[in-house]
Amino acid sequence: MEDITMTTDKETQEREIKDEKGKLKSLPSIEIKVLFFARARDLTGFTNTVVSVKPGCTTLDCVAELFSKFPSLREIKDSMALALNKEYAPGNTILNNGDELAIIPPISGG
Amino acid sequence: MEGRECDCREGRRAGILAELKSLKQQKIEIEKRINVIETQLHDGGHFAEEEGVRDPHHSASCNSASASLTPQDIYRYSRHLLLPSFGVQGQLNLLKSSILVVGAGGLGSPALLYLAACGVGCIGIVDHDVVELNNLHRQIIHNEAYIGQSKVKSAAEACHGINSTIRIVEYPEALGSQNALDIVSKYDVVIDATDNVSTRYLISDCCVVLGKPLVSGAALGLEGQLTVYHHKGGPCYRCLFPSPPPQAACQNCSDSGVLGVVPGVIGCLQALEAIKIASSVGEPLSGRMLLFDALPARIHIVKIRGRSLNCVACGENATFTRDSFQSFDYEKFTQAPFSDKTRPKLSLLPESARISSKEYNECVERGEPHVLVDVRPEHHFMIASLPKSLNLPLSTLQSRLGEIEEALKREESDLSPGSHASLYVVCRRGNDSQRAVDYLHGVGFPLAQDIIGGLESWARDVYPNFPMY
Ligand SMILES: [Zn+2]
Ligand SMILES: [Zn+2]
Repeated sequence: MEDITMTTDKETQEREIKDEKGKLKSLPSIEIKVLFFARARDLTGFTNTVVSVKPGCTTLDCVAELFSKFPSLREIKDSMALALNKEYAPGNTILNNGDELAIIPPISGG
Repeated sequence: MEGRECDCREGRRAGILAELKSLKQQKIEIEKRINVIETQLHDGGHFAEEEGVRDPHHSASCNSASASLTPQDIYRYSRHLLLPSFGVQGQLNLLKSSILVVGAGGLGSPALLYLAACGVGCIGIVDHDVVELNNLHRQIIHNEAYIGQSKVKSAAEACHGINSTIRIVEYPEALGSQNALDIVSKYDVVIDATDNVSTRYLISDCCVVLGKPLVSGAALGLEGQLTVYHHKGGPCYRCLFPSPPPQAACQNCSDSGVLGVVPGVIGCLQALEAIKIASSVGEPLSGRMLLFDALPARIHIVKIRGRSLNCVACGENATFTRDSFQSFDYEKFTQAPFSDKTRPKLSLLPESARISSKEYNECVERGEPHVLVDVRPEHHFMIASLPKSLNLPLSTLQSRLGEIEEALKREESDLSPGSHASLYVVCRRGNDSQRAVDYLHGVGFPLAQDIIGGLESWARDVYPNFPMY
């Protein structure tokens, strides 16, 4: 079920270094950079933010954290696409320190 | 007296405007004819039959079946032919292809211009709207002379003006579940250039039922989105967004602003993706989504999920057929009308809590002490407002009730004790004003009334020169 994606050596290396750092410091929490698009910007008032979550958290845990930080964001809970580090990530994907999560509700204007 | 003089001036102005419009129209017709004759002269009289070409009833099939390039084609498309990765085969594929563009607005305008210019053999255009002045800042295919006329007609003339050798089919109607299968089935590729979420689900489902690739673009404010759906096993719109956004009814360009060039950028990219698919070159933007962010000048391309096995439309056990498509109620599903012109009017208040714009005007003329609260957002208020109105945006009303109290006290200071100043509430169309009055009734302003139909009715029924936007 997992998407087969091409990753460059450089990207893989960067990911590993990041992972190592995360483990070495054994952070009590990890930081996730969140990008908001379209309606998510209106609802939160931000184009991006940083949230702290516990190591081992999944994409969905992080979204739940965002809902408690920005309750109005729940409006689009059933209508948004998620991308983790520009890749598709199922809700149960484990997050790493420094990951970038994009919240993408559909735009319908034209 | 003043009123009659005013009517007279209005009448003269209307006459002049009508003449101007008719002259401009004649000018277009003449220029068009000149173009045609000039082209005939250059081409030695060889090109597609002119009459009937754009008659929708004449278009049983949409294949412009040119097997090879004519000398004129070679000259016209020479820069395409000189591209090694496109070349003769790419151009021939394009000339044999047919592309349907749904929506001749902000996205459709540049898309159509490029498709026509590039030599797509047959282009279908669907739109039920007419051209309005406030479209022109972004819908660049239309010009002033077409204001009040069908967008499809205007767009078709423009495309034909650029390239008279291709076939244009006009559908001056809304795409709905009754006509969609018939129209879409005639084309190889579909471009979604619509402005509402209902039609977006409808087009996606229709493309799934008929197995057509869909180039989907959208733009609002300063952002745009682009992706290709249902192409070579890729996801459809419902795979990505199984449920419609709840605010759908309130999200469109007539309420929210859009920087003109933003849909222009996305529309150009839609033309590019459609041309790539139609001519079988390159790698389409399927399974990926492009997010365009105008202010910081950023483009993100993210991977999106693949086809969902549980998708109602395209999943493993999907039962979506032609019949179920035709009976599906898209407006009910999305809670959003196909056109924002048919948006239902809110009716929240009893008659006694409402006055018409004419009645409000009478109240001003007799000098009745009152406070007028305008609950539109501040950036709307900055565009135009009624004299002496107090701008308290609906979203901030709760925290600013004191300002209403003070304004009423000022109005009541000259009155005999015990008499009250009236409290009126206005907005753009008369929906938010009802919500505001409904709220005010519960927080100590039981006499608040809303102006029915808002500033729109003021401009229509009282003061035609009031700037509308
Ligand atoms: Zn699907
Ligand atoms: Zn609205």
